Amino acid sequence: MKDKIIYFMETAGLTWLIPLVRLASGESPTRQLQQLSMLIGLPLVAMIAFLFFWHVGAAQVETSLGQLPGPVQVWEQSGNLLDEHQAERARADAFYERQIERNAEKLAENPDADVKIRDFTGRPTFVDQIWTSLFTVFVGFLLATVIAVPIGIVSGLSNHLYAALNPLIQIFKPVSPLAWLPIVTMVVSAVYVSSDPMFEKSFITSAITVMLCSLWPTLINTAVGVSSIDRDLINVGKVLRLSYLTTVWKIVIPSSIPMIFTGLRISLGIGWMVLIAAEMLAQNPGLGKFVWDQFQNGSSDSLSRIMVAVLTIGLLGFILDRVMLTLQKLFSYDKNAVIR
Amino acid sequence: MDSYLQLDHVSIDFPTANGPFRALDKINLKIDKGEFVSVIGHSGCGKSTVMNIVGGLYQATEGGVVLQGKEVNEPGPDRAIVFQNHALFPWLSCYQNVEIAVKSVFGKTRSRSEIRDWTLHNLELVKMTHAKDKLPAEISGGMKQRVGIARALAMEPKVLLMDEPFGALDALTRAHLQDSLMEIQADLNNTVIMVTHDVDEAVLLSDKIVMMTNGPAATIGEILAVDLPRPRARLALADDADYNHYRAAVIHFLHQKYKRDAA
Repeated sequence: MKDKIIYFMETAGLTWLIPLVRLASGESPTRQLQQLSMLIGLPLVAMIAFLFFWHVGAAQVETSLGQLPGPVQVWEQSGNLLDEHQAERARADAFYERQIERNAEKLAENPDADVKIRDFTGRPTFVDQIWTSLFTVFVGFLLATVIAVPIGIVSGLSNHLYAALNPLIQIFKPVSPLAWLPIVTMVVSAVYVSSDPMFEKSFITSAITVMLCSLWPTLINTAVGVSSIDRDLINVGKVLRLSYLTTVWKIVIPSSIPMIFTGLRISLGIGWMVLIAAEMLAQNPGLGKFVWDQFQNGSSDSLSRIMVAVLTIGLLGFILDRVMLTLQKLFSYDKNAVIR
Repeated sequence: MDSYLQLDHVSIDFPTANGPFRALDKINLKIDKGEFVSVIGHSGCGKSTVMNIVGGLYQATEGGVVLQGKEVNEPGPDRAIVFQNHALFPWLSCYQNVEIAVKSVFGKTRSRSEIRDWTLHNLELVKMTHAKDKLPAEISGGMKQRVGIARALAMEPKVLLMDEPFGALDALTRAHLQDSLMEIQADLNNTVIMVTHDVDEAVLLSDKIVMMTNGPAATIGEILAVDLPRPRARLALADDADYNHYRAAVIHFLHQKYKRDAA
């Protein structure tokens, strides 16, 4: 039972909770307390020191929007943002309720009446914007993965193809998302024409920009992982006369999974960074737009609210990375490999 | 032309910056069915290359390999290979490592239960049934090589190729595996080509020892028929005059006739 919990925590990236489990099960308390102070105590000390310097430092800086916000103001604003979200939700619920009531009345008067439910058109709240951002980055990252992994595998298996593609990869890899964005915007406007679009154009533009920038690490890591497979394993496949596809599925992918995931983790990190910039310019209603709108708004709360977004972006990026790490551990055959 | 396996004037050139490099020159060798043949020589003499040509992983530049009247020019399960470093798939259990071979060779001709039984049978043959569900990383080097042998045997090869199969193991484990291999060989009577650099191993296991000259353009120097009765017991042979005579012959070849200055 204890081992299972510890294994779960290791896989989930909650290593800092393990000493608590061991402590609860009565394992040598002094050693576990030492571990605990190391894994929780030290980061806590660093965090408190950071908050202190932030608090003191921010008070020294006066901007045209008032004093630079310290941790206290930011904490207040995060509460406000959540309250606003709840208030907006309540308004939306009330809006739908009123419609249902009105429709019921209409139907009571005339059973053949034409009734419909109109969508609530209130402003997206901070929480809505978080979800929009997460969904956009997910779609962009998924597109990138679907393109990069197969190309990486094929070019890792063939030296000729790799030699052909490598210059292209190296040229496009360092391109900033801001350079891609205008082109993507124009292409999306020209190509994605529909009277009843399923997705907003701004969403598609942002997702494609994320894809264009997060493609490369996965592609390169997959190609390197595939080309460094043990030759003997490939030879075993040849002796067994496995087909190309079977070789890829049974030998190439399993042995390059660790490298593929390393690439995917880097890609997702880059994708998340790129997304914020893309959303600012494409006006996709996510965290990037939130930051931009607050900056344009220029109220005395704006800087605190932007700071809330900054911390949220950081925290979500961290969580996304942990999720990838956990997936990597689950898919990797070598469960004991140290992955950071 | 009637022999089971024949290497006929096999030569191979490897391309280098200074033009082709002739690694092997006109190798001629005939092997009968059920024969256990060792190829011995100094490192770099191309003994593994010989094996890779028979295995079809390399193509001979001149000449060719004929197995049962048919030329060999690509790898296949009829010439299963036991690799020096076992080459087990690290993400598959021992059972699955053997099973993948059985499935790809007999998947179309045998039922699911037959595949299962045959996989288990081969693990039993190398005494690895107890660890069938372990991953390669969880067992010792000797055990890994046992599974590697089981995987090769499970393909029911016409020729079993072994590339320094025990080279990476310690002396005691090696002796255990050699004994196991002799037992299995007594039962199955496979045709085996084993590359080795261990004189004792070659004399103990082989019916025929092929001694290679040094490269470049290495070829067969001498062939020694080992006419010791089977089953052979390591302990009894230690003081056996014939055994020591064969051993001395190989050592003489390697360390006097084709001495290498730098190893």
